[in-house]
Amino acid sequence: MTLEKIMSDGEGYDDFPAGLRVLAVDDNPTCLKLLETLLRKCQYHVTTTSQARMALKMLRENKDRFDLVISDVHMPDMDGFKLLELVGLEMDLPVIMLSANGDPKLVMKGITHGACDYLVKPVRIEELRNIWQHVIRKKRTEPKNQNGSADQGNDNQSSGEGNGPQADRNGKCNRKRKDEEDFSEDNENENEDPAASKKPRVVWSIELHRKFVAAVNQLGIEKAVPKRILDLMNVEGLTRENVASHLQKYRLYLKRISSVASQQANMVAALGVKDSHFMRIAPFEGLGDFRTFSGQGRLGSAALSHYTTGGMFGRLNTPNVNLHNLSPSTLIQPNHGQSLTNSISALGKVHPALASTNQSQSLFQGIPSSLELDQLQQSKCGTGMSSFNAMDNSRLRNKFSDPGAAINSSSNIFNSSTNMMLQGSYQQTMSGGGFGDQSSQNMASLNMDSFNVGVNSSSSLLDSATIQSSTTQPASLLSTEPFHSQQLPMSTTGNNGFSNDPYLQKNAIDTSSTTMSLPLEDSREMHYQQGLVGDVQNISHIPSQRWGEQGQSYGHGSTATFGSLNAHVPVSGLSHSLDQDSGIINEKMGVFMNGRLGGGASTLMLQNGNEKLASESRAMANDSFLLEQQKIQSVFAPRSYDPLDAMMNAMIKREQDETIANCDFGFDDYSFESGM
Amino acid sequence: MERQAAYLRNALFDQGYLDEQFLQLEDLQDQANPHFVEEVVKLFYTDSVRLIQSIELTLKNTPRDFEKLDKIMHQFKGSTTSIGAKKVKKECTQFQEYCNVGNVEGCIREFQEVKQEHAALKRKLENYFQLAREAR
Repeated sequence: MTLEKIMSDGEGYDDFPAGLRVLAVDDNPTCLKLLETLLRKCQYHVTTTSQARMALKMLRENKDRFDLVISDVHMPDMDGFKLLELVGLEMDLPVIMLSANGDPKLVMKGITHGACDYLVKPVRIEELRNIWQHVIRKKRTEPKNQNGSADQGNDNQSSGEGNGPQADRNGKCNRKRKDEEDFSEDNENENEDPAASKKPRVVWSIELHRKFVAAVNQLGIEKAVPKRILDLMNVEGLTRENVASHLQKYRLYLKRISSVASQQANMVAALGVKDSHFMRIAPFEGLGDFRTFSGQGRLGSAALSHYTTGGMFGRLNTPNVNLHNLSPSTLIQPNHGQSLTNSISALGKVHPALASTNQSQSLFQGIPSSLELDQLQQSKCGTGMSSFNAMDNSRLRNKFSDPGAAINSSSNIFNSSTNMMLQGSYQQTMSGGGFGDQSSQNMASLNMDSFNVGVNSSSSLLDSATIQSSTTQPASLLSTEPFHSQQLPMSTTGNNGFSNDPYLQKNAIDTSSTTMSLPLEDSREMHYQQGLVGDVQNISHIPSQRWGEQGQSYGHGSTATFGSLNAHVPVSGLSHSLDQDSGIINEKMGVFMNGRLGGGASTLMLQNGNEKLASESRAMANDSFLLEQQKIQSVFAPRSYDPLDAMMNAMIKREQDETIANCDFGFDDYSFESGM
Repeated sequence: MERQAAYLRNALFDQGYLDEQFLQLEDLQDQANPHFVEEVVKLFYTDSVRLIQSIELTLKNTPRDFEKLDKIMHQFKGSTTSIGAKKVKKECTQFQEYCNVGNVEGCIREFQEVKQEHAALKRKLENYFQLAREAR
């Protein structure tokens, strides 16, 4: 059966993923045989070869012959990464890397080169049973867009966005997840294809986005037309369509954040915190979100564990993200880790980029690459915040771990900004509740005004969870944005097990307190966490009210809240609550990301964010800057989440200072990828 | 017969010769693939001979090309991991560590260990397969 067929007719899914056509490449005969047998056991159609060149030949002969490629990294005739790149470029098939070496650096490399996933030998059959998702995801972001079927996940968002040039969107969607690599490369080059043909995959990297925002600002938002923006940006390979679609998202983002109390200032300030990490995330997140708008890529995670398409920044590599990093920048962790971090840090600090791109920031906020968040979260956030972090590599699948994403649009934007990772969610966040972004948004959330929103949103998110119960706001938040509660994998599971989603909502609030503290191993973090947690708690307790307060006066409220929380935020306690909450929230949120946050995470994220924010606050502020409008408020977490971000942001805003960045919200796998 | 085979198999696990990965292999053996485990093991041994020879050759050349040694060993280790050869894998890791620090003596010594474990496991598995076949 062909994938297209399966995708096109909904019913064709019965025996899917059986029959998936896989090409396995490994020069080691023992491993190859084992792999082949494992794949056959999953009922896939397997073709094997021990030579990379042979594999390429087969692929070139007939592009439709395979659905997926699995390749070893170390091969004598050709480097696995090279093969990966070529396949991605020429055939645009999902590629999974395989290696006995699980060194994170290699994994990172795989992701940055565009791998959908990275498996470590010995591979277990359970892992292989899930690989089909990569195929679906890719397919969805491509043709689906055209049908306006709006990737379900993305629908929320994309619908909001309107139907930008399909090509662009598709391109971006593709990017969602696995674009980490693109991201690093700033794939503008990939745009050479005309929109009509294979969608050009534009990765809206922070750089690119910055330019875009600068151009828009220069022209004046009213007068900014794609053609002129394109001219001003002067980027090779970028088409008018790309810009147009991106602009559309951006506009939505702006709308979203403008509706949120502009706590930004506070947030930004808070976020401005030096934490580079955090900041890092933030900037990225902004992008992430934005990106998600466009194309909701994939979480890395995986990850985030992936990763995710579109080199979302979101893929922030969690390493940085660790809660410590809550700094927004961390969220962003683009695949390129390095580049991102740099950029992010830069962003974080001052976010010059952010500053200029206020708008972009907001976009970023969208979803700090929820995907990435996942990653981030996972790694660092520990509590959930890591989800932000998860953004990076962890294949954030859902990447949006931004619990913040839940933050609703605003957060989304925030998240988006950073979310590059969120890609998938990005879109969502943009349109809908930006939940999608949520994951990445976590970061964004921080940045984003959405903090308020985020917070609120989170509350809304939580609503479902009831954790917050009070989140009166949530309704607004949630309702506004389709948070993709699912999307928001809010907290990376890694962290506290918060269920990402409702990341903000429940978890955020409750967990936030805990989360914040949790992952943060640092005493500092703890410190922050408390603050965050406090906020979170506040949030939770006060549910809607807080949000309102929080959002608006984040700077204000947050601190207050934190204070309160600090007192009791027993870190561990929080986490627990978060977890629970997260669970709930997740439901609500739809698990923004995939609940990476594990509920707790999301909150954590926020919390973390907050905490971090506090410390970083400035740094974070910067990050959130991406989110820009988002009142980064402390919503650390939101950064990552994008959609949730808004909410989270709200929450975080409070904390803004803190380090929300770390999206531990568990964006982890925000569904961006899958389906926004 | 069957009991003997089972006993031998358990011993291999208990003594640390094999790990869970071997179980995975066994899981993959079914009606469609009745001799899968044995096939894979055979494949492993055939292939690993080549790699071992390659390492030996590289070890003889001076100055020692540690990078190359590490690469070959990485391959070898990949195979051992795939079949769940626990002890062999351990020695491989050790070998790689010596490579990383450029300890020639250590490498040579360790390589002997690798070969020994490799051969020992081969014997044991052969016995086991023999018994298992007879038991069927």
